[in-house]
Amino acid sequence: MIDKKLLQKGSLDELVKKLKSGGTRVFAPVEKGGKVLFDEVDSAAAMARDYVQTTLSAKDVILPRCEEMMRFTTGQGTVTMEKAPDLPPPAVVLGVRPCDARSIAVVNAVYLKDYNDALYKSKIDNTTIVGISCAKCDEYCFCTSVNGSPGDTEGSDILLTEVDGGNYLAEIVTEKGKALAAMAPELFTAAGSEDKAKHLADVKVQFDLKAVEKKLPGVFDGEVWITQSLRCIGCGTCSYVCPACTCFDIQDETDGNRGVRLRCWDSCGFGQFTLHTSGHNPREVQSQRWRQRIMHKFSYQPDQLQVTGCVGCGRCSRACPVDMNILQHIKDIEAQ
Amino acid sequence: MEEKNVYQPYLMRIAAIIDETPDVKTFRLEFINEEEGKNFKFAAGQFGEYSVFGEGESTFCIASSPTREGYIECTFRKVGRVTKALASREIGDTVGFRGPYGNTFPIDQWKGKSLLFVTGGIALPPLRCVIWNALDLRDNFKDVTIVYGARSVNDLVYKHELEEWGKRGDVKLITTVDPGGETKDWKGEIGFVPTVLEKAAPSSANTIALLCGPPIMIKLTMPVLTKLGFSPDNIFTTLENRMKCGIGKCGRCNVGKYFVCKDGPVFTFAQVNQLPPEY
Repeated sequence: MIDKKLLQKGSLDELVKKLKSGGTRVFAPVEKGGKVLFDEVDSAAAMARDYVQTTLSAKDVILPRCEEMMRFTTGQGTVTMEKAPDLPPPAVVLGVRPCDARSIAVVNAVYLKDYNDALYKSKIDNTTIVGISCAKCDEYCFCTSVNGSPGDTEGSDILLTEVDGGNYLAEIVTEKGKALAAMAPELFTAAGSEDKAKHLADVKVQFDLKAVEKKLPGVFDGEVWITQSLRCIGCGTCSYVCPACTCFDIQDETDGNRGVRLRCWDSCGFGQFTLHTSGHNPREVQSQRWRQRIMHKFSYQPDQLQVTGCVGCGRCSRACPVDMNILQHIKDIEAQ
Repeated sequence: MEEKNVYQPYLMRIAAIIDETPDVKTFRLEFINEEEGKNFKFAAGQFGEYSVFGEGESTFCIASSPTREGYIECTFRKVGRVTKALASREIGDTVGFRGPYGNTFPIDQWKGKSLLFVTGGIALPPLRCVIWNALDLRDNFKDVTIVYGARSVNDLVYKHELEEWGKRGDVKLITTVDPGGETKDWKGEIGFVPTVLEKAAPSSANTIALLCGPPIMIKLTMPVLTKLGFSPDNIFTTLENRMKCGIGKCGRCNVGKYFVCKDGPVFTFAQVNQLPPEY
């Protein structure tokens, strides 16, 4: 049973200040050069207000785009491993869209199943997600087609919905959410009979996810991948803006005899992603890479990890320099 | 208690180096931390990520047999950034290894059967692990036949072991080199692996075939094995794809919905035949 409270309009700032004074890092969407990006904030006043979707998701907080995996010093034929840096203080991410909050389940499935990735786990365990429901959507949004909704609580520890008077209905979803609310109990007052639904965007269902999943294995050898990807320039932007993309590269960097091994975001859209040292490349052309992107998210991950690797945030379509639209492409595949 | 970083390699000392060909080397690696060495277990078919600190990691099979404890061996061709750096290391130097990863050849299920190894060039190392594993438990198996080919005599790896296997009465070894790749004193066959295999015509009765080699060799050898009566589920191979993590997370080695690192690298041809051509 989700506990419902009311957070007054002005209380959000008090909450941020209280968290900050306790040493917690607070991340929230801020406007920067025409983009809305997650950054550390000192007050809720810094938060961007008027946007449908942040340019990038908050994935960077739990899965940094470039992350130190270990550090070492090399000598004459010797290697000394150095102590890993201390974990940063706990983080609260404020203003995460419900689609992005749902994407955490995808990242969890990849990083915590089978081999427990402690690098990732330490960060997700250390992070509390305060989601914010969507009152607006645009033509790129399709959360409801991939089992989400503009007011979905999945993945949020607390979900805020702006209701009448600019106050927030706070749904306290998880133990982490309870712990956060307990840090400032005076701010979370009894909720009345706020009607959450009337404050949510109307996102129409555009395709049948189960039907697409079922169809995909059969169109592996189809022409559709070529048709859809003819204009793809393989820039990888779709992966970098995706909240559910998890693929990475491992690279060493050195400075004299000291070095670090880094994990960096990577993209299946890049030709080098699968290139063998011999020169052989199992995914030689862009259409094969585009197929991998769609199959991975809509067929392999549902099959192997019981998650859909797409949450319908629409970022890849908004950011694509050649205007490839994932929603349209999925609908076209459904119609095959 | 801090959880273990799964990407943290073991520190290994290079205990021996064998120059197999001008660009292929075998390293014997011993655990610097003895406790780690004692606890380390692997099975035939598994692989690992080998690292030169400051250069990066490379994926190779464990080429030694799990029956030989206290060390692991890897055989690699000097071709990319990491393997070039690795090849420049000397005995006593420290390198990294993490693993073992992946599934294994089910050799426990092959007791009482004959084994046929068909392989070419630098694809012998993953099967060498199985060969020594089987030879160290020789009584468990009936006939052991090895058909191994390379472009030239110079390109044959494990030359000392080929000589040793050739002398054993309980192993039938057929080596071959491509036409033009022979030397004056070459005593093996001359011809491509599929042709030589067809001529040798080993029996498929109660026999498991292990086939590993370059794609063209696989393509031309499969019809021969079929002709000899091997069914796809009795032919095993080990696939390779570019990998970074080795544990199903970095997202690049998949063939369709299967990760070579986690669901493989060992597959039967009954399984391979169901896979899309992404390897």
